[in-house]
Amino acid sequence: MEVRVVNVRKEFERFPALHDVSLDIRSGELIALLGPSGSGKTTLLRLIAGLERPTKGAIFFGDEDASQKSIQERNVGFVFQHYALFRHMTVADNIGFGLKVRHGAARPSGQEIRRRALELLDLVQLSGLEKRYPAQLSGGQRQRVALARAMAIEPKVLLLDEPFGALDAQVRRELRRWLREIHDRTGHTTVFVTHDQEEALELADRVVVMSQGRIEQVGTADDIYDTPNSPFVYSFIGESSSLPVKVENGEVWIADRPIGLQAPHARSGEAVLYFRPHDVDLLDGCSGCIAGTVAASRRVAGTRRVELEVGGERQRVEIELPVDHPAAQKSRVAFRPRRWKLFPKS
Amino acid sequence: MADPEIKSYEPLHESQSAAVTESRPVKAALMAIALAFLAVFLLLPLIVVFHEALAKGIGAYTEALSSPDTRSAIRLTLLVAAISVPLNVIFGISAAWAIAKFEFKGKAFLTTLIDLPFSVSPVISGLVYVLLFGAQGLLGAWLKAHGIVILFAVPGIVLATIFVTFPFVARELIPLMQEQGNGDEEAALSLGASGWQVFWYVTLPNVKWGLLYGVLLCNARAMGEFGAVSVVSGHIRGLTNTMPLHVEILYNEYNAVGAFAVASLLAGLALVTLVLKTLLEMRYGAEIAATRGH
Repeated sequence: MEVRVVNVRKEFERFPALHDVSLDIRSGELIALLGPSGSGKTTLLRLIAGLERPTKGAIFFGDEDASQKSIQERNVGFVFQHYALFRHMTVADNIGFGLKVRHGAARPSGQEIRRRALELLDLVQLSGLEKRYPAQLSGGQRQRVALARAMAIEPKVLLLDEPFGALDAQVRRELRRWLREIHDRTGHTTVFVTHDQEEALELADRVVVMSQGRIEQVGTADDIYDTPNSPFVYSFIGESSSLPVKVENGEVWIADRPIGLQAPHARSGEAVLYFRPHDVDLLDGCSGCIAGTVAASRRVAGTRRVELEVGGERQRVEIELPVDHPAAQKSRVAFRPRRWKLFPKS
Repeated sequence: MADPEIKSYEPLHESQSAAVTESRPVKAALMAIALAFLAVFLLLPLIVVFHEALAKGIGAYTEALSSPDTRSAIRLTLLVAAISVPLNVIFGISAAWAIAKFEFKGKAFLTTLIDLPFSVSPVISGLVYVLLFGAQGLLGAWLKAHGIVILFAVPGIVLATIFVTFPFVARELIPLMQEQGNGDEEAALSLGASGWQVFWYVTLPNVKWGLLYGVLLCNARAMGEFGAVSVVSGHIRGLTNTMPLHVEILYNEYNAVGAFAVASLLAGLALVTLVLKTLLEMRYGAEIAATRGH
């Protein structure tokens, strides 16, 4: 099911949590809403589910306007961070709940509900635990049951709110791979919320980066990482370095020296240069480059991070060198970013 | 080499526990005082109740309990409890639901209001009904014109009892529901359950032990209430006397066996309540709200 969020605004007691957000989610896609806390990602998810109503705007499931429908009518599978399993019901009863509460002809027989519950339990690899209670399961197992319960109602969309947030790192990685497998097998349109960029970039077909109630960028992991379209995305995703620069005659300058970067379309004036610390060319001579004195040098895993003081104002900037690179021993290093972007000074 | 952290920690720990632990004689004295108070003010009276009730033998005891007036008092008490407890369960659940699950204006006021019966003397709550429904009261004339009798009759007793037992169920459920939050309810809604189904399959089972605990306390108070009921009852023998009122009447007539026989029933109810309450707390302590101020 294709989901379209159109110009949605959400206020909580006049405090805006989302400003005019639009998003197209393709059918069968696995998409991540990524952002720091307070970015509005969970609010957006809850709006799609129908747990909240938008202040303005609309949400379409296919061609149908879902915004006027209640959560029961929307038929979405929602998985909560803290599982929200019904503690007084067995695993099988939890999974069958969505079928049991149906009315009339839509409600399958008790036997059929049980068969479906066992089938789903098999899908989430928990066969044999149907008689257990939630308290008797580990965190990872509970979240699998929660997913099975959400899938039992054959939802149009599967929505997961920080599904692995309460689990430890090891289980998280396992469940991540497992969720991808389940998604590939069942083909549900799936939206999940996370603040963990590794999780988002590894798991999702596309990532929606959010900040302060707005969508900053939507794209594949490659798009987001290689061509961030805002200073926020640059600094939120992965490592980034920035330097205040000046643009004149289509060239980038630091103080009174051009650094060998051409920016023919940039507006003249002050700007900020962003690049990835590892994405630089090291140079011997310096005619048109960034040069600085080494202020600090740290060994981080397989690379060496060097902090340089650049220019008369001694701006600090970090770059990454191979461990055995001769430049790491020098007191002065010259480099030029390979991939970079200019943003107007804020 | 010994771990320096542990070494430096131990003496500190000892001095801390030494600082908050009293010496042996002081401990013994404190415990003796507490036990003496318990014996004199709680245990002794309880023994006296049963002793006096059985002073003239088991025959006199059963005879006292089977007198028509006593039986009518027991019936009335059961009737009043049977009406007021379910009503307060309904009220308690709806109030707790509203306060724990929704945000609305005046919520703090409603929460305070629920506690009102705890802070008002029961006699005053009885008087309020006299002022409202009495012959000279606010609604007295209207009630009389329509032939509705509230005061000095069963409806008045039920109203006064409801007022006094108002907070028990609600106070028990509010913190419990607040602590549990909306997660389970939202999950049930997303799975397609209607509001009623959510309540029946999810909310109620989640609070059932807390609810039972509240009902138990509510019932004990409903059956034992004296002050408020005394004001509105009119003390008509065989008609508007509840058990606590009947105890007083028998006692004032120097019918010790009769008075203590009825009192022993109330004391028995209290003991049963206490045992059930302890059992509930032991078994389901975590699922019962933490407020045990009553």
